[in-house]
Amino acid sequence: MADFVMPSLGADMESATLVKWHVKPGDAVKRGDIIAEVDTDKGIIDVECFQSGIIEKLVIEPGAKIPVGALLAVIQGGEAPVAAATPVPAPVAVTEVPHIHVSPLAKKIAAELGVDLNKLVGHGTGPGGLIDREDVEQAAKPVSAPQTRVRVSPLARRRAEELHVDVTHIQGSGPDGAIEAADIERAAAPHKPSDAMRRAIAAAMAKSKREIPHYYLQTRIDMSALLSWLQAENQKRSIKDRLLPVVPLLKALAKALRDVPQLNGFWIDGQHRVSEAIHLGFAISMKGGGLVAPAIHDVDKKSCDELMTDLRDLIPRARSGRLRSSEMTDATITITSLGDLGVETVFGVIYPPQVAIVGLGKIMEQPWAKDGMLGVHPVMTASLAADHRATDGHLGAQFLEALNRHLQTPDQP
Amino acid sequence: MSEAELKALLLDGLRKIAPEADPAMLRGDQNIRETLDIDSFDFLSFLIALHDKLGVEIPEADYGKLNTLDAMLRYLVPKV
Repeated sequence: MADFVMPSLGADMESATLVKWHVKPGDAVKRGDIIAEVDTDKGIIDVECFQSGIIEKLVIEPGAKIPVGALLAVIQGGEAPVAAATPVPAPVAVTEVPHIHVSPLAKKIAAELGVDLNKLVGHGTGPGGLIDREDVEQAAKPVSAPQTRVRVSPLARRRAEELHVDVTHIQGSGPDGAIEAADIERAAAPHKPSDAMRRAIAAAMAKSKREIPHYYLQTRIDMSALLSWLQAENQKRSIKDRLLPVVPLLKALAKALRDVPQLNGFWIDGQHRVSEAIHLGFAISMKGGGLVAPAIHDVDKKSCDELMTDLRDLIPRARSGRLRSSEMTDATITITSLGDLGVETVFGVIYPPQVAIVGLGKIMEQPWAKDGMLGVHPVMTASLAADHRATDGHLGAQFLEALNRHLQTPDQP
Repeated sequence: MSEAELKALLLDGLRKIAPEADPAMLRGDQNIRETLDIDSFDFLSFLIALHDKLGVEIPEADYGKLNTLDAMLRYLVPKV
């Protein structure tokens, strides 16, 4: 049996609202299945299961706002999670109970519904504290969101009806938390996700600049080889299958991280933890302002076509606020590309607990000296901002040099 | 297809990738990507949608001829 808790979907997340369950008690789930939707500062996120098993019990009902780490559901059987994204609360010691005062019917139902009778000891409502059928069935039901009596002013109640606002989900600003007309008006105002996202970015970036001693490096890279390769590739393809320059760039970045793995990972609790997997967090700007950097998984193992397919899937989902929890949590390094805007160099701010961010500028035609000759070449400035607690500039320089080397041979697998 | 119909189709396609901007306000000589803040991914999506609707295969080398609404019309009218 395992607890399924609200995962942390980013360094800046404290809580989220459960929108919907995709499963019910008795359903079989496997690792990676989407089992719930939660509403966060970064839009609706599809939450994936960390392990396989049978859903035993849904603890929280939709509409409830839950802190990170709080119990959402109980999953029975299956293997233990390999690596949960959040620390699971320490298991409570179970005291041995020699004899449980329980009716035979209740015992049978408890077995069917998977209710642990030990937990009902002392809570039986039958004669003499007997645990009866009703107690067992009650224990098997999901716990509702905490219901407190809501005090609503008559004017607020009328406005709520006019504006179709559900008063049970509103935080009142009146005396003792009473809901007033102004609270209803505020709740009915168009939802501006960018405000919440702005606050989330502010929190993460402030933490980064407060705690992470950044060092910065930049290098100019001749992109002739890459662009010639890309042009030849795209000439063979119909418009639907064409690759954007960022695709072979992602590929080269993954190869460079294979060479210099120390930049791919995390700084957690004073320790540098290098990640074996290469999941590139790809910064995507939102149309109304703000950004998200969802992970493109296993970039080193994918072909350019697979990466292009991933981007086609990921970018529209990121912009419409439909990311998966693994995409929010798995990135091992972030890539920010502002080249589309004509920016020559971008120095990023590291997304904690990652230890590096790579910035890619615009590919621009520039004078370029090679073999003693001056010519005009397409040139891109690549930058690295890295955590000086985890690595030093020497290693960062090796990484940028590896990136340069791989960009000169884009046809190599 | 008339030029007016083609223009309507182009604006419709631009509205899909830049819903928060107002493509109808776009002047014929303005750089589309800069004015509407369209990145290379959105631009490619726009061209794919155009290909689906018009059956026109636009080589990558010609992307530079599609910077403004006027230029797009000049390029596409003889092809449709």
